[in-house]
Amino acid sequence: MKLTRILASLILALSLFFVSCGPKDDDIKASVENKIQKENNMTGITATVNDGVVTLSGECQNEAAKAKCTELAQSVKGVKSVTNNCTVMAMPVQVSPDDALRQGVMDATKDHPGVTAMVNGGVVTLTGNISRDKLPMLMQSINGLQPKQVLNQLTIK
Amino acid sequence: MSLQEKYKQLIDAATTSGMNVREQDNILYINGEATNGATKDNLWNIYGQIDPDFRASDVVMDVNVNDTMAGSKVKVNTDKTNLNIRKGPGTDQPIVGKAAKDEMVTLISKTNDQWWLVRTDAGEEGYAYAEYLTS
Repeated sequence: MKLTRILASLILALSLFFVSCGPKDDDIKASVENKIQKENNMTGITATVNDGVVTLSGECQNEAAKAKCTELAQSVKGVKSVTNNCTVMAMPVQVSPDDALRQGVMDATKDHPGVTAMVNGGVVTLTGNISRDKLPMLMQSINGLQPKQVLNQLTIK
Repeated sequence: MSLQEKYKQLIDAATTSGMNVREQDNILYINGEATNGATKDNLWNIYGQIDPDFRASDVVMDVNVNDTMAGSKVKVNTDKTNLNIRKGPGTDQPIVGKAAKDEMVTLISKTNDQWWLVRTDAGEEGYAYAEYLTS
């Protein structure tokens, strides 16, 4: 009875010793996620670890941030390889400032005498009259100014 | 109907042509450089078929045609009038010359998407509205 107990504890001790030889997958996961979270703008990146092989998933702000995640994961002890499945967020839409838009709509409407364009907070509002054949050209000019939105309230003749 | 469904044909054509397509705050943004004027025309035609009056205000499409380079000749493509050549990039700038409809002028540089610096064969140099210049 005593012998069995001693043997059992010996086996337990041995197994603990061997397992703790290298970092465990769970520890690697924690270290990788912790390292990535410490970087600015990198939240919500998760790591799954299988036998030292790390797979990253989540959303990065840009390609550089994604590359940084791979680098950070690789620097963790016990990591054999890193597969980075993170997606890169779409860049926010660029909207011209109102001053630039006002100059732009003035130029674009110059050859459309019946058209008035107002700019407010990136939104261009078109009022007045235009003939149907001239409408596409005006719309292309206005859309090319990088507005947030074009509100077309023109009467089309 | 979602924007993705409503403009599916436009989104597909734009993506095929290498445009960026994004949706933000219920507005569809399409932008990019087209290799020729036909690509731009095609996208605007598709948009016009879906929304003939361009009334829905849920699309902003900015397609630049990138088939003209500095040093090349471009054609004045006005309706029938002369094209004003100005001292600076803006309709508030003084007119320093004119180019006739269908006249070929030399593109010196693209100041921005709206205004290009050009030189006429008569030696007049200044800024012209890019919408009226084609390859």
